[in-house]
Amino acid sequence: MSAVITASGLTKRYKSALALDNASFRIEPGRIVGLIGPNGAGKTTALKAILGLTDFTGELSVLGFDPRKQRDKLMGEVCFIADVAVLPRWIKVRQAVDFVANVHPRFDRAKCEAFLARTKLQPDQRVRQMSKGMIVQLHLALVMAIDAKLLILDEPTLGLDILYRKQFYQNLLEDYFDENKTIIVTTHQVEEVEHILTDLMFIRDGKIVLDADMDAVGDRFIEVMVGADRADAARALKPLDERQVFGKSIFLFDGANRAVLEELGETRRPSISDLFVATMKGTYA
Amino acid sequence: MKTFYWLVKREFWEHRGGFFWAPIITGGVFLLLNIMGIITAEVVGARHGINFGASGGLQRVIADMDAGDLSQVGLALDLAMYSAMGLLIVVLGFVVFFYCLGALYDDRRDRSILFWKSLPISDTSTVLSKVVSATVLAPIVAVITGIIVGMLQLLILAVTLSFHGVNVWQLLVLAHPFRVMFNLVGYIPLYVLWALPSVGWLLLCSAWARNKPFLWAVALPVATGLLVSWFGIMGLFDLPTTWFWKNIVQRGLLSVFPGTGSVFGHNGNIAHSVAGNPGMDFMDLGNTYQLLASANLWVGVVVGLGLLAGAVWFRRWRDDS
Repeated sequence: MSAVITASGLTKRYKSALALDNASFRIEPGRIVGLIGPNGAGKTTALKAILGLTDFTGELSVLGFDPRKQRDKLMGEVCFIADVAVLPRWIKVRQAVDFVANVHPRFDRAKCEAFLARTKLQPDQRVRQMSKGMIVQLHLALVMAIDAKLLILDEPTLGLDILYRKQFYQNLLEDYFDENKTIIVTTHQVEEVEHILTDLMFIRDGKIVLDADMDAVGDRFIEVMVGADRADAARALKPLDERQVFGKSIFLFDGANRAVLEELGETRRPSISDLFVATMKGTYA
Repeated sequence: MKTFYWLVKREFWEHRGGFFWAPIITGGVFLLLNIMGIITAEVVGARHGINFGASGGLQRVIADMDAGDLSQVGLALDLAMYSAMGLLIVVLGFVVFFYCLGALYDDRRDRSILFWKSLPISDTSTVLSKVVSATVLAPIVAVITGIIVGMLQLLILAVTLSFHGVNVWQLLVLAHPFRVMFNLVGYIPLYVLWALPSVGWLLLCSAWARNKPFLWAVALPVATGLLVSWFGIMGLFDLPTTWFWKNIVQRGLLSVFPGTGSVFGHNGNIAHSVAGNPGMDFMDLGNTYQLLASANLWVGVVVGLGLLAGAVWFRRWRDDS
């Protein structure tokens, strides 16, 4: 199967800064890709480029369409949740369902109503009367009822409490995702998506600094906990990062020899957040 | 086509207040004021011992009227019907003006544009749905309300008169309610064409302005007008300064007010029909549609379409949400 997204040399310059700097990547179908980066790294710009919401230079093909020229067709196959609070505040649940049902050819009304039945949302309730978590439930119900090939989530759980956040990803995995669909998600709550991602992309200053599937990440990056006596030996192997815990040092290595590290101490797979912090060191300095 | 219907419906949902309740409330207030006026007149009349037609006097006056006088009564009744519309038209003008200013701006400000843009709808359809809502949907609701209010107005007058011994139906046949309706409904297509440059300009500002679209939409032409007046630029084209004010500023901003086309754009002679009453003949479609022969209208249509194309472009590429 051909790639869902192929990007090469994506560049976008805003007046003051370079938001995307010659970024190239490729996303295959049936993946859940986490696009992770610090504030202002170009995550949202990359998503906007994919959605045809912004102009850019470079080559980009999304599901075979050029988002700059064929946006209307593209949006029949792509869904996105940009942020929690983008549903119009005046709309009622009933109106939102009616509207999407009648303008979107791939919308399954029964499915949407089944999702809504599991929430407390009332048909005559307006968005302005809902809490942030309820708005997200409505938006998710609308989006999950659309049989789209690509779903893009930009900080979908920002500002939600932990119950809604857990439920959000659970719904997505259980009721939506399958091998024909692709999900791209950006978030700062890395720990929450860590276990559902199949691929990881780190973006920094508009460049893709890491692009690997999760298995490869586990093979490539190793964390090792070393006692103070052998810390110098570990440092000699040029770790990415070092931090201290309970008098021991934890070193993070990129592509080091596993056998060598195992002699130094206990090894384990690093969490994405530790990897992220190590990779982004000095971003705000 | 189905998508377009739902797009217009969407506009109606969002702007129910302006499109639906504003004319209804205006009409209600209009009728209320009339009833209060009639009651006041009755009270004052009774206090001073004046009682029209108590002895059948008024009825006799009507009986004595000749054809000319009767047509004057008809004119007054038609006028009563149009007068309800007059007030509604002013309200409609304001509604359309501010609707257009907000139509492509409000959803950018509250970022709900990101939701609308996540659906497979072209920006051209979005903008056109707003044009149709402003120039067709809003006027249709206003005209229907106007007709109903006008009929009620006639009825109130007739009932009042019947208390004074005047035969209601004899008077009502003198009015031309169907012709009034026909003229009002028939005016809408003309309004679409005439309002196009204003609607285009307001929507363009709405799609383009990063903030305060009202200020841009109004201040830009007015400030240009002041500069033009100040430096006498129009003299370069052998035109008076008022040309700019009349054809750019006023035409660009105020054409959303229905009837401005007939007032400012009209230069033909009014044809008088035999059956009608001369006083109101200017409202007949045969007369109002003489506007179609004026270059002013068609230049406006072309400019309006250009401005709308600009609005679509900005809607597509404006990147600030």
